[in-house]
Amino acid sequence: MISWYLATPLVLPFLTAVLAFLLRWGRAGRWISVAGNVALLGAAAILMARVLEDGVIAGQMGQWAAPFGITLAADLLSAVMVVITAITALAVSVYALADVPKRAEHLGYHALFNVLIGGVCGAFLTGDLFNLYVWFEVMLISSFGLLVLGGRPEQIDGGVKYVTLNLISTILFLSGVGLLYGMTGTLNMADLAVTVPQLENQGLVTLIAVMFMIAFGVKAAVFPLFFWLPAAYHTPFFSVSAVFAGLLTKVGVYSLMRMFTLVFTGDTGFTHEILLWVAALTMLTGVLGAAAQNDIRKILSFHIVSQIGYMIMGLALYTPLALAGAVFYLVHHIIVKANLFLVGGVAERIAGSTDLGRIGGLYKTAPLLAVLFLIPAFSLAGFPPLSGFWAKYVLVAAAIEIEGWAIAAVALVVGLLTIYSMTKIWAEAFWKPHPDGTDPTLASLSAHDRRSLIWPIASLAALTLVIGFFPEPFVTFAERAAGQLLDPTAYIEAVLGGPAT
Amino acid sequence: MNSIILLAGTRALSGLLLLFSLYMLLRGHNEPGGGFIGGLIGSTGFVLYAIACGAEDARRALRVPPQNIAMAGLGIALLAGLASVVFGDPLFTGQWLFIGGTKEEGGLPFSSILVFDIGVYLVVFGSVLTLVFAMEEEI
Repeated sequence: MISWYLATPLVLPFLTAVLAFLLRWGRAGRWISVAGNVALLGAAAILMARVLEDGVIAGQMGQWAAPFGITLAADLLSAVMVVITAITALAVSVYALADVPKRAEHLGYHALFNVLIGGVCGAFLTGDLFNLYVWFEVMLISSFGLLVLGGRPEQIDGGVKYVTLNLISTILFLSGVGLLYGMTGTLNMADLAVTVPQLENQGLVTLIAVMFMIAFGVKAAVFPLFFWLPAAYHTPFFSVSAVFAGLLTKVGVYSLMRMFTLVFTGDTGFTHEILLWVAALTMLTGVLGAAAQNDIRKILSFHIVSQIGYMIMGLALYTPLALAGAVFYLVHHIIVKANLFLVGGVAERIAGSTDLGRIGGLYKTAPLLAVLFLIPAFSLAGFPPLSGFWAKYVLVAAAIEIEGWAIAAVALVVGLLTIYSMTKIWAEAFWKPHPDGTDPTLASLSAHDRRSLIWPIASLAALTLVIGFFPEPFVTFAERAAGQLLDPTAYIEAVLGGPAT
Repeated sequence: MNSIILLAGTRALSGLLLLFSLYMLLRGHNEPGGGFIGGLIGSTGFVLYAIACGAEDARRALRVPPQNIAMAGLGIALLAGLASVVFGDPLFTGQWLFIGGTKEEGGLPFSSILVFDIGVYLVVFGSVLTLVFAMEEEI
């Protein structure tokens, strides 16, 4: 029955999507979405408990044995990503109760959203490279639908850029998959981990590794492949932005981490050196891009890019501590980033815009919102004792440990510049008086809207605080996850050895 | 499009295409199950109708919005996969039922795989028509 622990987080979002779509004309659809995500969180928690207890678990879909059928596998990294996906999805589905207009609901917003969540969970759980490609396509199609749902010209513009670049990435991905299959005759990740090191032509393997690096790099929005992200992320509904910002790029990061710890570890001197440069440049360009922006969502979009750099840095350094830092950063970042977009949405609702020049005064009139912004914003910048501080601390410590002074310096400087952007939002949106002289308050929202907008934000902020004040268990967990990544024998055994149950 | 030849041809062809799509669904273009190819062929029947008589008429002939067909298909496919939970097997393990006798006695086989294929058929059928109708109306 082990395979059901793995399959349930996949099946639930799709069932939710089907029901929500068929009932999209009434109020039932949105509540099905919320209920489905509550159930998903439960399933994710059960999966996590199982993985904590048993170590890596794997299941074969349709009972087709390991290297031939589709494998689902979960180690600690996969399990924590599914949990965090479920948390984000639940928060956003509650937020969407007040954020998404009826017209979009009738067009199938909730169905698209849940299909997207299903795709994300699938990507985290699959143990098969071609299956990963399928989940990428599921995500691409549903996210394109969500991007253009409002039908405004700039949405179409952003959506087209998004799809075009992501199609290039999937073509590269697919070519890489084809080449790898031609060389090894298998696409099961655990099986690849066994067969790829035995190949004679390691030069070609490195080439394929770089193809995967580019393909996942586009998804993860790393330098120099990130420009689709700021072009697209500021256009859709805030709930869509939030879930994109939190989850989509992280699937790319996760795939990079999976492939470059499990399969492409033959020539780390070459591949991980590239990754290190990419990480440094991603951090820098992202944060500098953000400094030039003057709109909350655009600033935050560029910060996604810069934060991705930190995670790639953890992968590139490739030590136990660095990988633990990357895992910790992933978890912290998803919560914080999604939350910042949600706060941005409320700011727009009550102050009328996300353009920093046209809003202000929120500190005086909406102090609760100000506090709720402060927590994720300063966590993002890495203020102690918030979660971002520990994430950056672990990564910088890992860099210094192997005397990577340059990358440590870049990480610290980028942290400093992040503070600059966050204080810019703080000063413009919260401190300075509103340019129209109006006093935007939370009370201007209806009680229902206020509840469903503020609760998710407050819960995610609380989670940030919990990680910040009690980092110990999370760091220990991240170290265990990193240990599993660096020593994949347990993963390979779970997938290939033993009878399918 | 206003063409008598196309209209006359469509009348004969769309029915034929739908019938052929059912055959494909049951038999597959290369033996087992042909939900995908069947759905594509079935949808061409209505695509032809939409080209000849306009998307509005085609929608009326279909009666149900194509999006709903696609989503219902997704639901059916999922349920077919979930059927294995009742028998304690992993997700998507094929379940076989023999109506009117065991396999050896020549009972009529009925499998969750067929149900899954019907689901796929409807997903493909519905999504192709959603796209084509939308584009046809745009032009």
